[in-house]
Amino acid sequence: MTASQHILVVGNGMVGHHFVEQLRATAPTATITVLCGEPQLAYDRVYLSSVFTGKDRAELALTSEQHYREQGIKYHLNCWVSRIEPQSKTVFTANGENYHYDKLVLATGSYPFVPPIPGHQQEHCLVYRKLDDLTAIAHSAQDSQTGVIIGGGLLGLEAANALRQLGLTTHVVEFAPQLMAVQLDVAGGQLLTQKITALGLGVHTGKTTQAIVAGDECRYRLEFSDGSFLETDLVVFSAGIRPYDALAKDAGLAIGAKGGIIINDYCQTSQQDIYAIGECALWQNQLFGLVAPGYQMARVAASHLTGQALRFQGADMSTRLKLLGVEVGSIGDAHARTPGAQCLTYQDPIRQIYKKLVLNDSGDKLLGAVLVGDTAEYDTLLQYFLNALPLPAAPESLILPQLNANTPTLSADLLPDHAMLCSCHNVTKGDIVASIEQGHVELASIKRCTKASTGCGGCAALLKSVVDTELTLRGVAVNNHLCEHFAYSRQALLHLVQVEQLTTFEQLLQRYGQGQGCDVCKPTVASILASVWNEYILDNKHVALQDTNDTFLANMQKDGSYSVVPRIAGGEISSAKLLVLAQVADDFQLYCKITGGQRIDLFGARLEQLPLIWRRLVDAGFETGHAYGKSLRTVKSCVGSTWCRYGVQDSVGQAISIESRYKGLRSPHKIKMAVSGCTRECAEAQSKDIGVIATENGWNLYVCGNGGMRPRHADLFATDLDTPTLIRYIDRILMFYIRTADRLQRTSVWLEKLEGGLDYLRQVIIDDSLGLAAELEKQMAGLVNSYACEWQRTLDDPEALKRFRHFVNSPEGDSNILFVQERGQIRPATLEEKQQQQRIPVTMIESEEITHDMV
Amino acid sequence: MTWFNVATTSDLVDNSGVCVLVNGQQIALFSLTITGQNQLFAIDNFDPIGQANVLARGITGSIGDRLVVASPLYKQHFDLHNGQCIEMPEISVGVYPVQRQEQTIWIQLKSSQPRAETKMEAMV
Ligand code: SRM
Ligand SMILES: Cc1cc2nc3c(=O)[nH]c(=O)nc-3n(C[C@H](O)[C@H](O)[C@H](O)COP(=O)(O)OP(=O)(O)OC[C@H]3O[C@@H](n4cnc5c(N)ncnc54)[C@H](O)[C@@H]3O)c2cc1C
Ligand code: SF4
Ligand code: FES
Repeated sequence: MTASQHILVVGNGMVGHHFVEQLRATAPTATITVLCGEPQLAYDRVYLSSVFTGKDRAELALTSEQHYREQGIKYHLNCWVSRIEPQSKTVFTANGENYHYDKLVLATGSYPFVPPIPGHQQEHCLVYRKLDDLTAIAHSAQDSQTGVIIGGGLLGLEAANALRQLGLTTHVVEFAPQLMAVQLDVAGGQLLTQKITALGLGVHTGKTTQAIVAGDECRYRLEFSDGSFLETDLVVFSAGIRPYDALAKDAGLAIGAKGGIIINDYCQTSQQDIYAIGECALWQNQLFGLVAPGYQMARVAASHLTGQALRFQGADMSTRLKLLGVEVGSIGDAHARTPGAQCLTYQDPIRQIYKKLVLNDSGDKLLGAVLVGDTAEYDTLLQYFLNALPLPAAPESLILPQLNANTPTLSADLLPDHAMLCSCHNVTKGDIVASIEQGHVELASIKRCTKASTGCGGCAALLKSVVDTELTLRGVAVNNHLCEHFAYSRQALLHLVQVEQLTTFEQLLQRYGQGQGCDVCKPTVASILASVWNEYILDNKHVALQDTNDTFLANMQKDGSYSVVPRIAGGEISSAKLLVLAQVADDFQLYCKITGGQRIDLFGARLEQLPLIWRRLVDAGFETGHAYGKSLRTVKSCVGSTWCRYGVQDSVGQAISIESRYKGLRSPHKIKMAVSGCTRECAEAQSKDIGVIATENGWNLYVCGNGGMRPRHADLFATDLDTPTLIRYIDRILMFYIRTADRLQRTSVWLEKLEGGLDYLRQVIIDDSLGLAAELEKQMAGLVNSYACEWQRTLDDPEALKRFRHFVNSPEGDSNILFVQERGQIRPATLEEKQQQQRIPVTMIESEEITHDMV
Repeated sequence: MTWFNVATTSDLVDNSGVCVLVNGQQIALFSLTITGQNQLFAIDNFDPIGQANVLARGITGSIGDRLVVASPLYKQHFDLHNGQCIEMPEISVGVYPVQRQEQTIWIQLKSSQPRAETKMEAMV
């Protein structure tokens, strides 16, 4: 290829765009023109549905017009190519223009197939492929209550999710007897149907739609061939895709029997100056409806044009997805169609999990797999499959639940160098090794230099394990050191503090650390000191260690203002106290919100207002809620036997007494608890670190549950406890957690990492196997007895109050904290709003005043 | 260039920061004790990444040999000597000369138009 050659690209979808980027990178001076059929440059089709969950359309953009201009790439939007004339090397567009090319690249993708059912052309019968389709669907949904997706494949379910997000009653109609028939076997498909039905979607398999006619209750009625029918206001067709190959066909290029532009290993079509890549291309009689193979073709075509010799060698079509919150994975020969294939399956109807391994005839290689309900093993299985690794002796252990620690793990050093780790960016294990050899020893810099794990993120766990293994092999220690200043784990530091009776950060740093400390070790040590000695955290020797939230006993918000969360134990609050909160909020113009933890958050307090606000609250009998600390947050309660007709114990009373016992307790991470008055569990205790549920005979104790980013159901720890035993167990568990957990490790992760797990924890806590119980209880009693409300202390301490000034040399507040009104309350002004407000000469007046206070 | 009298030593918090207002500008003032020696640093209080006036409320410390403050909002570190952000080296905040004389702390700022009524005193 010479610099003067003109490369013309038709289609600027995901693959077309990737091609342009690849070509530009290797041929900085090539003349490139892109004819883009859509009104905007390439965007991320894979994440199309995220627009319905609140993502901005603009965030989907894969590039920008400015970037194309900077890269010297000519482009024309809304430019539909209608004809190619290979003889004169010219393409003609629908708006009457023509372009000459030296090399032509077709990246036209595919279009949704709409079955020719009578009635399919009516209004509100739509497809789902482009940004414009989103607009049409959202528009139609506005005056629809019910929506139907025709087609229960991967994209159909994706579209179903979109309709659900729009608030429609959603049905999926599939002609085959099961969902996702391409990727899943019958049992997997059935389980998927169950799960999706449980979410409230209608699933209708084995239904052939014969006509779309006017409905009785809804806009339309779908008539099925078996005489049954379904009414709906909106129809989305997702019955498969067809390659956009008409252009190529008319130009005389070779086309496959079922469509698709035929290409060779270099992505050349039957005309050597015309390439085809992405979903429109047919290689060895195969179409590839996924983005990763398209990207590979883009790389191959770009390399061929620049005189290199990459070849397209097919691509793996394994997929893992999370649809409608259901995890599904399919690898290789999911249907066990290979002669001699044998299957191993695991089915758990209670947890709704289905897993199948497809093995070769001798049972030592993985040919395929199906995972529904739990795809944790996907990465490992995919590596076994892609690299034809020999399977462990008992391959079933790969999919059986991990009842003990004997599950064989795929050690990363078994993987060959060509093993593909990150399919988004085409990064192999060899690439990672090379980057380590160039001197990158940190995950972050390895990611930056190889781009691994910066796409969908699905490869993150595998990447980490490869990096750790490779570093260990090279003698680079992979450690649990707290940070560069302490070569110890949190647990070890806590031990040192206890054993050597250290009371300050400086002592610990001097004896066991180096450097000046940082924002990781300082708060961690502060928390350890508080857990062990429970001294006032704003004491001179501790104050500089605290995170800003702890320093100011409030939560910093995005604009530098703070929120105020008084403790409302158990969620119980009197009308008198509500009045106080209302009055304070009104006087200080604070934004009010009920939190997810059953209490009231007041937002928009300026630093210098915090003591004034808290003076009022403390005087009215409120205490700090520790919303800022790594400490006990809330003990949620349901209303319990006092009022509720089903309650068997006083859950509110119990929650309040538990909350007052553990309030202020500093811990490795925050701790949340809840008490429910009966088995209906309205306080959601099973999602808490400590959950208590009333029984006829006492209390059931659940431990180590979690909401948040990775929810975990709490484990039932002991049943029918009386209150003293309940408290004793909680004392011991919490103290044991505080002693042994890592920094920022919630109880859920702590338990999962604890060797021996729940059984071991029971031995330590109930059977006292370590002989620690008395000591743990004593330590807890010490902390409980030394509790003091931090706000009360602070208000009584003029030295501590001095910190609550925005400027030490001026009574002014921060002029950058500005609010606007929304729904009758304040909210932080956006950047644009601030710029507008600040054009009013507010700042001028302020700086005048300051000059008087200077010095 | 003018030296401004901004604070007294009793306003400072050891190994931590406070914020001062100088000529209409917010400056974060840090007092660190390193191997027994007290050192003062003055940088912009505005966090260009979090877009809020909060750097004085960050935790100080070191990364390798560099003395830094971590923004309390999103935890990027700024070098106290030259203002450079460690995670995003293309971003920096302003740094200002700072001195202690007896109990008084002085910061030097460019002030193109010093106001008449400002009580600023040139040192040296
Ligand atoms: C205010 C509140 C949201 C609300 O308006 O409802 C909230 C707000 C914050 N949550 Fe939360 N969470 C709030 C209830 C929850 C809940 C619900 C609950 O407690 O029942 C959860 C899930 C339950 C759980 O934690 O297991 C929750 C899970 C999280 C997580 C994820 C924790 C995890 O283990 O995955 C974080 C991030 C973290 O802690 O690292 C977080 C972090 C935060 C932070 C601290 C984020 C931040 O750094 O700015 C927010 C600051 C609060 C503030 O400025 O006042 N928040 N957060 C809720 C305060 C409850 C309270 O009264 O104290
Ligand atoms: C909702 C949804 C979810 C998906 N999820 C996944 C997923 O999770 N994982 C995955 O791997 N893949 C997924 N895909 C598939 C993936 O998006 C496609 O494989 C990929 O976009 C193909 O890229 P392409 O460039 O070949 O085609 P496209 O992205 O379709 O781009 C082709 C472009 O060419 C234009 N064009 C066509 N003909 C002409 C013409 N004559 N003149 C001018 N322009 C023309 C089209 O308008 C279009 O803009 C999903 C697709 C959808 C719709
Ligand atoms: S979920 Fe929690 S952390 Fe996230 S925005 Fe809401 S309050 Fe903040
Ligand atoms: S596989 Fe998607 S980021 Fe690596």
